[in-house]
Amino acid sequence: MNYGPRPWVQQHWDLRAAANFTCGGAGAGLIAWTAAMALAGTSAAAGVPALLLAGLALVGIGLGCVALELGRPLRALNVFRNPRTSWMSREAIAATLLVAVTLVLAWGAGTAAAPAAATLAVVLALAFVWCQGRMLHAARGIPAWRSSATPALMAATALTEGAGLWWLTAPWHGQGTRAALAGFGVLIVLRLIAWLAHRRSVAAHRRVAAALAPAGVSLGALGTLAPLALIVVAAMLGDGAWGLALAALAGALAFGAGAAFKLALILRGSFNQGFAVERMPVRGTRA
Amino acid sequence: MTRWTMVADLRRCVGCQTCTAACKHANATPPGVQWRRVLDLEVGEYPDVQRAFVPVGCQHCDDPPCMTVCPTTATRKRADGIVTIDYDLCIGCSYCAVACPYQARYKTDHASFAYGGAPAANERQRHDPARVAVATKCTFCVERIDRGVAAGQTPGVDPDATPACVNACISQALAFGDLDDPASNVSRLLAGNRHFRMHEALGTGPGFHYLWDRDDAAGGVPALQQLVAEAQGLA
Repeated sequence: MNYGPRPWVQQHWDLRAAANFTCGGAGAGLIAWTAAMALAGTSAAAGVPALLLAGLALVGIGLGCVALELGRPLRALNVFRNPRTSWMSREAIAATLLVAVTLVLAWGAGTAAAPAAATLAVVLALAFVWCQGRMLHAARGIPAWRSSATPALMAATALTEGAGLWWLTAPWHGQGTRAALAGFGVLIVLRLIAWLAHRRSVAAHRRVAAALAPAGVSLGALGTLAPLALIVVAAMLGDGAWGLALAALAGALAFGAGAAFKLALILRGSFNQGFAVERMPVRGTRA
Repeated sequence: MTRWTMVADLRRCVGCQTCTAACKHANATPPGVQWRRVLDLEVGEYPDVQRAFVPVGCQHCDDPPCMTVCPTTATRKRADGIVTIDYDLCIGCSYCAVACPYQARYKTDHASFAYGGAPAANERQRHDPARVAVATKCTFCVERIDRGVAAGQTPGVDPDATPACVNACISQALAFGDLDDPASNVSRLLAGNRHFRMHEALGTGPGFHYLWDRDDAAGGVPALQQLVAEAQGLA
């Protein structure tokens, strides 16, 4: 281990923690998008419960991976003790409420309570992904995470990944409208803006910027330009099989590139800032 | 009020690692865990290279990021500035470790010993299972401080009330005392020397100060040895 002024990649959070941000974010995004589409009347009612449960499963996988990282998993309930200042506590609370509301929504899809539950699910999913972004932002030891652009990036990425998964499964669950396709495109653009802001904020940390560059290029090309082009073509083709297939491909690309970027952010871009000696000691006699 | 503070004189530290060894001895930390460590830093490029030995560890910050992020309230800050960990509350999530800009926190997933799987006699006696799989860090030897204060002693002056690393320092590069007391050894050292705190821009307010040059404008300051002798009534 190099202990010195040169930053090194943190070793405390590994793939298990990264899985929470990747799976949890995408799952919450899927729940938010599915609930929003259900509210808008876009989503075929038959597919809603399955999509919601798939989103919950992803959130559960993420939280399960975190549990594997805990040194003392039997004390996991202590995670709820500090909502006053800790975004991890807030994330846990948001996740708990999200699970409960999403189950209610999945169970009662199509009932009179569904709109209220769907609204609440959207709010809680947004809260969950926001907490994830703020969790990273609060880690003052890691320049790539503590950037002020991180929360927006994490939220935009999670929502885009969730929408991507929704479109990936569109051939199975029904048809999205052109408005929904346009909404997906807007999310992709918002994620691009958030990524550009984040890239600018970490540019001064050259090793961080270099470590994130490949995933950033992938996010820009495969996760943004290609899906946007596919969305345009899919919109022109209309509701047919080809249109849905292209939208599904756009969803897959948007999801994959976003997930890969988040993994890179947690695992490869997470340099600390080493030890800084602002002034070297002045020893001996001076002229 | 009291604000316990550590001062490291970079001009005096010779990198002997005696403080590191004293810390391990006092706190029985396992292999690979060094609550106090001394960095050997080379800065610059040939031929303009400088070298410094820099003691580091938990900075016991005014605004500790580790405490803010801790989801369990295991990490707390006392009124005297010492940041503590309740090992019985900690879940070992390592969030504090990534939040700390000073790489001061450790987590050992399993009990480990110096000579393989079996503990040596001293390790068997001093191994604390409560510290396995949770976050640990420098405590400023808080037990010694509390015991000493209760006995009417002055931390930083009386060895029994002073952190082990400070007691062990062969060159008196490390000093410990109350920053809120203008007559304390650390206050006088800071008043008479130019100093900085690490990663000051992050706003954590570290309780660890580094002296790097004398402050001629301050009119000079006695050596730490003399300050301690004065406080003990020996000078």
